[in-house]
Amino acid sequence: MNRNSNKSFFSNLFPMLALSALLLYGCNGKSGSGEQTLPILGERQVVERQVNGQTVEDTTYLTIPSFAFVDQDSQQVTNQTFDNKVYVTDFFFTTCPTICPKMKTQLLRVYDKYKDDSDVLLLSHTIDPEHDSVAVLKDFSERLGVSSTKWHFVTGDRDSIYAIAEKYLVPVQEDAGAAGNFTHGGHFMLIDGNRHIRGVYDGTDPADVDQLINDIPLLLKEKQHEKK
Amino acid sequence: MGLGALTTLTQCFTDKQNEGQRVYAANCASCHMDDGSGLRGVIPPLANSDYLASHRKQLPCLVRQGINGEITVNGISYNRPMPPAEKLRADEIANLLNYIQTNFGNHNDRYTMQEVKEYLQYCPQY
Repeated sequence: MNRNSNKSFFSNLFPMLALSALLLYGCNGKSGSGEQTLPILGERQVVERQVNGQTVEDTTYLTIPSFAFVDQDSQQVTNQTFDNKVYVTDFFFTTCPTICPKMKTQLLRVYDKYKDDSDVLLLSHTIDPEHDSVAVLKDFSERLGVSSTKWHFVTGDRDSIYAIAEKYLVPVQEDAGAAGNFTHGGHFMLIDGNRHIRGVYDGTDPADVDQLINDIPLLLKEKQHEKK
Repeated sequence: MGLGALTTLTQCFTDKQNEGQRVYAANCASCHMDDGSGLRGVIPPLANSDYLASHRKQLPCLVRQGINGEITVNGISYNRPMPPAEKLRADEIANLLNYIQTNFGNHNDRYTMQEVKEYLQYCPQY
């Protein structure tokens, strides 16, 4: 079964991210007030530039590029949809016989918890756009009983979806040998209002999703600070 | 000698009890969840499910052939295909169904092997 391959994806990627998270915690954790913050994950680059004759170092973080997909209401969903919001994103397909039902059960927990907080959104991408049309996603989300302004199920150009998965650091691929013909990581990625990845969680593990539910308020708090 | 035979027998029965759980974990749990709760609105629950009692005779064939089309469980309509488990033998189906019928809050009658074999003979032809 392709469950194993999902797991192996995870075991490859997870230590790497966990390690970078650990390394970064040291820096970010000291931001004055001693409050707990979440690290910015992914590759970063330091760029030097001259300001008034002085060398200044700028750090650029991995940033989710611009995207445009269509959700279950045929509405366009872009980066602007998530501007100044916190969102959780994943990759799945509606006919997936392996880890997706478990992921959706767990994502429903996040949905239920933040149902009434308009600053928290969910974004699920199908990796099988050929089958998962707007109508199929509509049916799926209505059966789940979730609001389409809160939880966007998106479809779109196949290559764009696979390309953005890579940016979110989620492994996905077509695999004729796997159950359901696709393999993909069961990750939930937590993204902040500046398009940065702030957390990666195993979407099939309730304990990890507990962590996600607890981490979201940390990002919401940052947002409040920025407003002040 | 007698004691040895008894031990072997007990062992055998114990294994058979776990067999249903094993078959469930391998074939059903990823969609119906480890606790039989299913996925809200999308995949029907097996836990406290009225369907299990009301469709007792059909269940062996449903497991083997899968389901296409709409079904109603505990008053809620579901319409998502369930893939067939064609490779499961009659005894595995019997153990699986006995596990489901007596766990997850269900307290339904167990199947005998004979019963399951009989029901499997009359699976609908598609």
